[in-house]
Amino acid sequence: MNAVRIEKVQVIASEPDPVLGYRKFTFGSFSFERDAYFVHIRWPKGMHTIEVDRFLRAMVRDIGWGFFYGWIFFDDVFGTQNHYGTVDIFAGTYSKGHRDTKVDFLETFNTADVRDAFETISVNWINEGYDPLRAPMETGSPLGAKTREAKGPLIRGFEPARRMMGLPGDVAPRSDASGHPINRAFADVTYDKPVIEPEPGFEGQIHAFNLYDHIARADITWNPSFTSITGACICCVTSEEHMLPVIHGNDRNEWFIQLSDEIHWNIQDKNTGNPRGRIVMKSGDVCAMPADIRHQGFAPKRSMLMVLENGTPGLQEKYAKGELEPFPITAQRW
Amino acid sequence: MSFKTRLASLASYDKGSIELNDDLKHYAFSNIFEVCSKSRPYERVMVASNLEYAAEAVRAEGTSPWYTAPHDEFAIVMDGEIEFTFFQLTEAEKPVHKAGAGRLSADPKGKRMGRVVARRGHQVLLPKGAAYQLKAAKPSVTLIQTSAGPESVEKWSEICVLK
Repeated sequence: MNAVRIEKVQVIASEPDPVLGYRKFTFGSFSFERDAYFVHIRWPKGMHTIEVDRFLRAMVRDIGWGFFYGWIFFDDVFGTQNHYGTVDIFAGTYSKGHRDTKVDFLETFNTADVRDAFETISVNWINEGYDPLRAPMETGSPLGAKTREAKGPLIRGFEPARRMMGLPGDVAPRSDASGHPINRAFADVTYDKPVIEPEPGFEGQIHAFNLYDHIARADITWNPSFTSITGACICCVTSEEHMLPVIHGNDRNEWFIQLSDEIHWNIQDKNTGNPRGRIVMKSGDVCAMPADIRHQGFAPKRSMLMVLENGTPGLQEKYAKGELEPFPITAQRW
Repeated sequence: MSFKTRLASLASYDKGSIELNDDLKHYAFSNIFEVCSKSRPYERVMVASNLEYAAEAVRAEGTSPWYTAPHDEFAIVMDGEIEFTFFQLTEAEKPVHKAGAGRLSADPKGKRMGRVVARRGHQVLLPKGAAYQLKAAKPSVTLIQTSAGPESVEKWSEICVLK
């Protein structure tokens, strides 16, 4: 593996392209250039091309998720791996062809530097009218020359609840008042409120809210919000439509609980990318995503998904060393 | 363009499928409504387990025992209507077990904290320091985010797709 550690680096921007108007960026040994349709990534000895919509959808989520757990593959060649303090940017590291021809490359950066670089690139390449966090049918096109840079937050919707959403002093659920109407795809569902009757003196200690209403109001897709926390167990809920624009390779086990509709998951071996098969999850289905796979989801209709993560610090090292099995229900429990 | 949202229930669920060149036990694929269609009332069947943490599928029907846990738990009602009643624990009732839900041996003796009536889609806090009881006039389903504890039931071979 060709790997380099960079202690401190800033992204360097070129002058705008005289025809299309976008800047080219250099970050460490990588360079990023976009044209009307594609993003071209270059590194010593190698080059790779990704369709621009796919690239921007992946990049803004990678920033918003804080590089998430484990590996974020933008596609089979390019992506990031989170080491919780540093982040690898890799090209071809998990592609046999790239490794065999010795054109694979991996560089490790401080997390804050990668975030700054990805934000700088995204801001310059996202035009007004295109929002990569929205479903494709709910936003404009990223194709063509630069117009005006989009205003408003680049990333949103990821403010985590500290104990439970809606409790006094905690994160509030989405509502009409917060500017989040019910999405068109969930308009056929009836939403009501729970009855909450605390005794005097226990106000704020008895709590409930409509979780499905919160999910139905998401103006973003494949971008989870934390709603409740038990120790290090995090309940994340998300609104999923079209395709997960990355392939996620986890560094720990996680669980999916399909609340509404259905999602089709392609499963690959984490190290080789070879297909292992597919899973179709329907309302009420529960499925583990083991720590030795990559997965990518496809939602034909906008659906509600709940994900249970174990955020225990250092867990990734125990899985990497083989101290924990890469699947959650060990043999003696069957 | 119109949409039809599919929310399954005890009366109507349609399990998905798993087609993998891998050991299906690694994925522990089950369906909450199918599990609860075969469960006894208030049997807390683990459907997700991540080291010490768990999610339990519960068929709510009639009145449950009184439960308490040494940490917050959270219940999502997925079908029907469930009333949750809360009492503050006295010093003598505080749980001695380390994690998950345990059963109180008698009705709680502390102050009544209140109640919540929740239906499909509602998430309910089951707070640390409280005893709670569930009541459902008709068979209902809830999923509880918790830790593995004395009341957790594991029967993976019965509930999961294995071929």
